[in-house]
Amino acid sequence: MTAIDQTVSVGVDAEETRRARRERAERIGRWLLPLAIMTLAVLAWDRVCVWNEIPHYILPRPGVVLQALVTDAPLLLSSLLVTLRITFLGLALAVAGGVGLAVLFAQSKWVEMSFFPFAVVLQVTPIVAIFPLINIYVDNQTAKLLLCAWIVAFFPILSNTTLGLNSADRNLRDLFALNGATRWQELRLLRLPAAMPYFLGGLKIAGGLALIGAVVAEFVAGAAGQSSGLASRIIEAGYRLNAPRLFAALILISVTGIVIFLVLSLVSHLILRRWHESALKQER
Amino acid sequence: MLALQTSTDESAPAAPLLSLRGVGKAFSNGVTALSGVDMTIRQGDFVSLLGPSGCGKSTALRIVAGLASATTGTLDWHGEPIGQRDLGFVFQEPTLMPWASVFDNVWLPLRLRGVSRAQAAPQIAEMLERVHLTGFEHAVPRELSGGMKMRVSIARSLVTRPKLLLMDEPFAALDEITRFRLNDDILELWRDRGLTIVFVTHSVFESVFLSNRIVVMAARPGRVHGEFSVDAPYPRDERFRTSADYAALCRDASEALLAAINASHQSSRGRA
Repeated sequence: MTAIDQTVSVGVDAEETRRARRERAERIGRWLLPLAIMTLAVLAWDRVCVWNEIPHYILPRPGVVLQALVTDAPLLLSSLLVTLRITFLGLALAVAGGVGLAVLFAQSKWVEMSFFPFAVVLQVTPIVAIFPLINIYVDNQTAKLLLCAWIVAFFPILSNTTLGLNSADRNLRDLFALNGATRWQELRLLRLPAAMPYFLGGLKIAGGLALIGAVVAEFVAGAAGQSSGLASRIIEAGYRLNAPRLFAALILISVTGIVIFLVLSLVSHLILRRWHESALKQER
Repeated sequence: MLALQTSTDESAPAAPLLSLRGVGKAFSNGVTALSGVDMTIRQGDFVSLLGPSGCGKSTALRIVAGLASATTGTLDWHGEPIGQRDLGFVFQEPTLMPWASVFDNVWLPLRLRGVSRAQAAPQIAEMLERVHLTGFEHAVPRELSGGMKMRVSIARSLVTRPKLLLMDEPFAALDEITRFRLNDDILELWRDRGLTIVFVTHSVFESVFLSNRIVVMAARPGRVHGEFSVDAPYPRDERFRTSADYAALCRDASEALLAAINASHQSSRGRA
C-alpha cells in the first residue's frame, strides 16, 4: 500500500520543473526577443538621425518613413500589386517548368545527363547580365519580366524535385516492379509523393527568388522607364532624393518576401505534417 | 532429431513446386554472391534459408522473385510457373509508403492491378483482421509500432492471395516478444491459406520454430552447405517453444550453422 501511495504522490522533480520553465521562456522569447531588438534598432536609427542632424533626404527618421508609407500608400500599393503579379506568375511558371522538366529527367538518366547542364548555365549566369538580351528579343513588357522571374526561380524547384523523384525507396520500387506497375503508376503513386518534401523545400527557396527576380527585372527595365512596379518607384524616388518613399518601398518589398516565405512554410507544413519527419514535433 | 528425408507429420510427400539447379550469381564488380545452388521447394513447404551474412540467401530469394537474374543455372517450375504478380514478397524493413494510410498501403498491389478502392475494401478489411490491425485503417505508418508496420507489410503481401510467399529477414529488427507473436501469426496464415513460404533468416531459433525444412548456407561464395527436415509436428505453439524437443532441434541446427560458418572462413582464407 505504502509503495503505491508513494508512486502516486511523486510530484515533478526539479529537473523536469527546470525544463518546463526553460521551454516556457523559450516560447515567449522566440517572439519577444526579435521584437525587442527590432524596436531598439529603430530607436537607435531615430536617435542617430537626430544627434547627427542628418538631413531627411539622406537618411529620414523612422517616423517620416512611416508617414510616407501612409501618405504614399495608394501609389505604393498599386506598384506592389504589379510586382506581386509578376512574382506569382513567375513562381507558377517556375513550378510548372521545374516539376515538368524534373519528371522528364526522371524518365531517363540520359535525358537528365544531356539537359541538366543547360539548367545550371541558366542558373549561374547573373540575370542582370542576361536581361539586355531578353530586352532585345522579347517585345511584351510582362513577358520580359516573367521570363526573368522564371529563370531565377525555376532552378531550385527543378534541382530539388529531380533529387526527390530519384530518392524513392529502393525496396518500394522493387515492390512496384513485382506488381507489374506501369511507368505512369510508379510516377504517380511512388515517385511524386516521395519527391513532395524535396519539392516543397525547393518551393520555399523559389518563392523568395521569384520576388527577387521580379524586382531585379523591374530595376533593369525600369531604368529604361518601362515599368510601374515597386522597383521603379525606388529608382524614381532615388532620382528625386525622396528618401522616405524609397525606404517605404524597400520595407514593402522585405515584408512581401517575409510573407511569401511564411505562407509557403505553412503550406509545406500542412502537406507534410502527417507523415514527414521534418514536420513532426520533437518528442523526448 | 534432424532427419534427412522425411518432412513433417504430413503423410504423402508434397509435389515439388520449384527447383533451383546450379544457380549462381556473379556481380559486375567481381563478387560471386552465389555458386552452384541446388534446392527444391515443395508445395506447402515452409523452407528457411539459414546462414551468416554474405551467404547470398537474400540474393537467392531475389532470383526466385525474378528481381535479379541468375548468372548460371536454371529455375525450374514444376507445372505452371509462378510469375512476379502471383507471389508475395516481404522485405527486411516494412517498406511502407509513409504518406499513405494503412488501408492505402495494403490496397497498393490490388490498385496496381486496376482494382478500385471500393472493390478492394472487403479483401483489405479481411486481411487487416487476419493480422489484427482492424481499426487502424486510417493510421499512417509513423503512428504504428515496428511490429504493427510489419503486420501491414505482411497484409499487403497476402492481399492478392499469392500461392508463394518470399520473406527476407522480415522480423530481424523486431524485439523478441513482438517476433514471437509474429512467428505464431505467420504459421497460422501459412496453414490457413495453404501457402508455400521461403523464409530468409540468420536466426537458428526462428528457423527451427517456423519451418519444416532448413537450408543451411555458407558464404564466400554463397552456397548450400546442408539441408535438414525439422521433425516436429504442427501446430507449434508456446509449449513447443519451451520444450526439450525444440531445444535439441535448435542445438542441431546451431551446429550445422557453425559448420557452415567455419566452411565460409576456410574458403575465404583459402582464397586470400
